[in-house]
Amino acid sequence: MMKLLEGKLGWGLLLVAGLLFPFMAGNDYHLTVMSTAYIFAIATLGLNLITGYAGQFNLAHAGFMAVGAYTLGILTVDYEVSFWLAFVLAGVVTVLISLPLGWVSLRMRGHYFSIFTLCVGIIIYLVIEKWESLTHGTVGIMGIPAPTAIGPITFDTPVSLYYLVFFFLVLGVWLMRRVVDSLMGRTFMAIRNGDDLAEALGVNLMRNKLMAFSLSVLYAGLAGALYAGFVRFLGPDLAGAEHAFDMTMYMIIGGLGTVLGPLLGALMVPWLTQYLQALQEFRFLIFGPVLIFLVIFVPNGIVGTWVARRARQASDAALKEAKQAKEHTKQSDAAQKE
Amino acid sequence: MDIFLQQVLNGLTLGGIYSLVALGLTLVYGILHVPNFAHGAFYMVGAFVALKLMTGWEVNYWIAMIGAAGVVAVIGALSERLVFHPLRHHSGLHPMIAAIGLLLFLEAGALALWGADFLRMPTPFSGIVEIAGVTAPVQRLMIIAGAFTLMAVLQLFLTRTVAGSTIVAMAQNRDGASLVGIDANRVAMLTFGISGALAAVAATLYAPINLVYPAMGHLVITKAFVIIILGGMGSVPGAIAGGLIIGFAESFGAYYISTDYKDIISFVLLVVILSLRPQGLFTNGAR
Repeated sequence: MMKLLEGKLGWGLLLVAGLLFPFMAGNDYHLTVMSTAYIFAIATLGLNLITGYAGQFNLAHAGFMAVGAYTLGILTVDYEVSFWLAFVLAGVVTVLISLPLGWVSLRMRGHYFSIFTLCVGIIIYLVIEKWESLTHGTVGIMGIPAPTAIGPITFDTPVSLYYLVFFFLVLGVWLMRRVVDSLMGRTFMAIRNGDDLAEALGVNLMRNKLMAFSLSVLYAGLAGALYAGFVRFLGPDLAGAEHAFDMTMYMIIGGLGTVLGPLLGALMVPWLTQYLQALQEFRFLIFGPVLIFLVIFVPNGIVGTWVARRARQASDAALKEAKQAKEHTKQSDAAQKE
Repeated sequence: MDIFLQQVLNGLTLGGIYSLVALGLTLVYGILHVPNFAHGAFYMVGAFVALKLMTGWEVNYWIAMIGAAGVVAVIGALSERLVFHPLRHHSGLHPMIAAIGLLLFLEAGALALWGADFLRMPTPFSGIVEIAGVTAPVQRLMIIAGAFTLMAVLQLFLTRTVAGSTIVAMAQNRDGASLVGIDANRVAMLTFGISGALAAVAATLYAPINLVYPAMGHLVITKAFVIIILGGMGSVPGAIAGGLIIGFAESFGAYYISTDYKDIISFVLLVVILSLRPQGLFTNGAR
């Protein structure tokens, strides 16, 4: 039973739950909370690829999300580009910006990379705040159009927007599972577990890290573009370090280096904070220590701990079986001798 | 020429503050190999404690500074014990995330305790001195004098006292230090305490010509990171030299390029330098 739940069936159940959610949600507010959570889940999936799988802790992720969002906002509002063309361009621009940055920063290891990306995130924030002629500065971009209809499907109700975001989340999860199960995904993990060893095995470090980086940034850029189309207002705060930290928290709570973990974290935590409404501003008074506690005592997160437990049970069972088989052969040997 | 000297004065002021903050960061990095993202929060808490001591308890500026240094030193030592000590065997990601958790906690705490308002710190040194055509607010001169005196004291402490030497020894070789009987836990707590005190003093010196608010540490800490990357992580002279470089780059950049973008200058400098020399300016090879 558990085995089935952990495989395709579990994902199928999640999919059905997601599809049925609008019928169970009492009101539009719940739909909005869930859709926003989905958008950040997409971005967190991307962050998890570079951090959880390839082992490079990127602190500029919220910055890249803001780049995607602002690309869409600027193109649709100031240049009247159609929504979906701007959406695609948002992904393209984010990746194009990330490539030279990745080329410079991925040559550094460990702490240096994180500190460098922290600085990149701040540069993105400052540029958005100060370059008023392009980004509207602290005033922000207002009146971003909603996603335009594709054929007969329109996106003018919260339910249809929910399904749009959900579609992209499913697509993102599916693609992520394909990536991490492929040879490329294994290569990323090899780099995380020891880049000297990976290099000795013939892995091209730069090319693979850059691949992981640009793919993760693509998730951030498209999540940002969805955010812009969904919230329809943008301010420089989107690039703020708080969002990068939020996503880190989702990832750690759920489980680094798993696909399900960041997804669970990104969906659970916003609901928790929703019920602690009064705490919104002070949420880190609780989540800060929680983050520290988790890192010290549950470093693999919910899903990681679960997977480790299953693996231990499986190995215990296998050991037992082997022992029994040994006993069995001994007994039959003895019987033959008699 | 006057304008040039004015910028030199500004550069020394900024450089002094940045060096003090970066020194704390680099000492901790040298001992624990953790980039302490919460260091900016130490800086912010230091400014708030000094401000509250001065406005609430009406104590003297200098006593408030010492009080703030003491409080933040205790916070630093406690966070070493409670947060970084349990993670000493983990490498890379986990201590970094824990440091971020600490940063978020301290900032939310400041927000809850003291509010999000921008506050102004009073100073007994509001006069202006005129030297050779350069007008210098006394507070700026105090910053320069205070910062460089403290750096000299720290240098003496590290080289001339036993406690200081244990820090240097541990930064050089952890196992070697324990072999000769140095208590690693005590040294780690001492280092965090010193690092916190330096941040608090820097904040109290700088706050009167700036503002006090919960997010005040963000830019300072990231610049301090830029500095210790430039100077080599863990290097004390590197932190001082790097602090002065960034301070001067900013004060001259603000005047000759643009005040709007002065905060970006140091980061752009970092990006350029790291593109050419990924291992930092003053180090050789250690990445």
